[in-house]
Amino acid sequence: MNFDFSEDQRQLRDTARRALVPFAGAAREALEGGPGSELGGLGSGMWSLAGEMGWLGAAIPERFGGVGLGRLELCVLAEEFGRILAPIPFSSTVYAFAETLMACADEATQAHWLAQVAAGKAIGCLAASEGAGTVSPGRIEAALRGGKLYGSKTPVADGDSAHAAIVLAKDESGGLRLVLVALSQAGVSRKVLETLDPTRGHAELSFDGAAATPLGAPGSGWGEYERACDRVAALLAFEQLGGAQACLDMAVGYAKSRYAFGRPIGSFQAIKHKLADMYVAIEVARSNAYYGAWALEQGGRELAQAAAAARVAASEAFTLAAKENVQTHGGMGFTWAADCHMFMRRAKLLAVQIGAPGVWREKLVRALEQSNQG
Amino acid sequence: MDFNDTPEEAAFRTQAQAFLAATCSPKAARKSAERPARMEEAQASYLARAKAYQAKKADAGFAGLTWAPEHGGRGLAPIFSVIFGQEEARFDAPGAPFTIGLGMCLPTVIAFGAQPHKERYVRPALRGEEIWCQLFSEPAAGSDVAGIKTRAVRDGDNWRVSGQKVWTSGAHYSDFGLLLARTDPGAHKHKGLTMFFLDMRSKGVEARPIHQASGESEFNEVFFDDVVIPDAQRLGDIGQGWSVALVTLMNERLAVGGSPGPDYQDMMAFAAGALAADGKTSLLADSAFRQSLADWYVSAEGYKLGRFRTMTALSRGQAPGPEASIGKILNANRLQEITSAAIDAQDHYGVVMGQSAASDLFLRSYLWAPGLRIAGGTDEILKNIIAERVLGLPADPRADKGIAFKDLPTGA
Repeated sequence: MNFDFSEDQRQLRDTARRALVPFAGAAREALEGGPGSELGGLGSGMWSLAGEMGWLGAAIPERFGGVGLGRLELCVLAEEFGRILAPIPFSSTVYAFAETLMACADEATQAHWLAQVAAGKAIGCLAASEGAGTVSPGRIEAALRGGKLYGSKTPVADGDSAHAAIVLAKDESGGLRLVLVALSQAGVSRKVLETLDPTRGHAELSFDGAAATPLGAPGSGWGEYERACDRVAALLAFEQLGGAQACLDMAVGYAKSRYAFGRPIGSFQAIKHKLADMYVAIEVARSNAYYGAWALEQGGRELAQAAAAARVAASEAFTLAAKENVQTHGGMGFTWAADCHMFMRRAKLLAVQIGAPGVWREKLVRALEQSNQG
Repeated sequence: MDFNDTPEEAAFRTQAQAFLAATCSPKAARKSAERPARMEEAQASYLARAKAYQAKKADAGFAGLTWAPEHGGRGLAPIFSVIFGQEEARFDAPGAPFTIGLGMCLPTVIAFGAQPHKERYVRPALRGEEIWCQLFSEPAAGSDVAGIKTRAVRDGDNWRVSGQKVWTSGAHYSDFGLLLARTDPGAHKHKGLTMFFLDMRSKGVEARPIHQASGESEFNEVFFDDVVIPDAQRLGDIGQGWSVALVTLMNERLAVGGSPGPDYQDMMAFAAGALAADGKTSLLADSAFRQSLADWYVSAEGYKLGRFRTMTALSRGQAPGPEASIGKILNANRLQEITSAAIDAQDHYGVVMGQSAASDLFLRSYLWAPGLRIAGGTDEILKNIIAERVLGLPADPRADKGIAFKDLPTGA
């Protein structure tokens, strides 16, 4: 039994944590300075660091310019990015864009785009949602006709800065297909969206005859999209875990140093039990996330169930930890100056980004039913 | 990251499997069927079966795995106990009567007993010939167990003990008991305690079953009326009982196996055969039910996978820490939610007994679940442990510090 990360992977975590120390204020700077600020965001120090350290290409094969490590290494990095609310398009580029290309793009497409990603030259995104409500096959209007894409996608995480998007669209036969679209072409327009979490970019992408390359076989789009979401879910769970742990650490630190009624507030059971509840939720999330990581690395049929459980647990833990961190800080927690609200913002964004918690609970039960049958 | 044993662990697992296959029958149904079956089997026959199994287990070298060889053990790392427990859980292996004795009492005897005591008591306990119980909790001392009142008064080479213990599992069939008593009420609460062991058949000892809220009787009250205990049966120094008790409690072994009642799998099976509130569609197709089912699964997996993480730490030679407390919080609360939801799902008819074995199990477990949130540390005490020992939060200011035990307010 070795249900933990390896010594090398733990060293990677320590290296990443140390390297990210100078960027502790990056999310705050992105919040106040807007996209493109010096520490966080596109073209910033943190994005360059992710390229220089080989993090962007960590799971990309060496023949495409990557480092050729595995998904467990990505999980380790994801937790660290989550912990400091990294304001960079790492998740869209790596978990969604690069991983999906590795799963269903042809060799030439992979060779081109993966090398760009690994070199820190390309930002990618995944575009499925077309407005309010859960993404489902019957609601996709974006259409591929004669190799050109028409329609619009909103909101698209990191669509504001991305160089390319993987888009879920209908093809001429009415089946769904993932298509790859370069965003720097005529026929693509973007509108930057203001969201609950300004430290992460979002846009509405509109396509009017943009050149698009189909990925995978005709009719495979929905299945490929669901598998892409499973992979993103397993990785995002670690960002959520890192965020939740950061909230607990903040709350514990504050509860030890803040005095009321002549004693540290952390000596009151009302606070102790609140923080213990956060700890329990985080441990449940961590255990489920580890299993998701294992399933992601294996790449087998366990992934759907494991990723859904990891995501449900992680969304629950981060949401709880973020709101109870504010509560533990009292009035201070409700100020702009305290970082608590930044975690509230990120917790909600990550909980809905690839489908809200209820959607993933339903996916989990469906996976359970399938594994009972099979 | 993998779920495989080391070669040494794998070899041990194979030996354990061979022993169990030769000694016990495989468990017939899912684990949820175990409790009622055990409760219904006549106690005498269950005890006889358990004693026979324990003797074989000890003779084959699978009892006291982590104990030193000089005490009849194998001196193995804790991971091997976990592995044996995993394999044992697949079989009808009746070990419940020995859990407290071997998990808590005998390690205390080994740590604090005189050499002749170890030679006299350890081996028979290991072979299941003698059963031990633990006499700590009292009516006025539950979570605050250092607040016990049972008095032991020195009388030459003996002590005379009077008072009452409660929630004692197995007292009525135990041969010996580990007893925490107050020897100095003038000292501070934690300082005036002393640990003894005694023959449960001593004159003046009476065990009475407690009629539980669930209607069953699994625990006892134990009354002491001027019971004589030789000073030679004292464990540790006079006034050091609390330190000895902490050793007993630390030795509480890693509970093996899953949750103690119906779990998400049982709910899934039940829902597949039950109707939703509309009386037409399957309960398993009801979206609100499915949302809850997902949460129960995540909690159950959180517990199971958390144990894998603990095993990994044990496998590396680390000791299990206070974080193990979260398992009971998760399992007890999930059991309470699941049993309540199973009744709600059937509306008014949900309260009717005798519909099916599954529905009866939910009803009985609904009444039993509250006990699980209390026994072995309440949710609240476990959360204090997490907050203070894992998160490092400051202890509560105490109203009982620096005051003689006899002067503490009791509310009585």
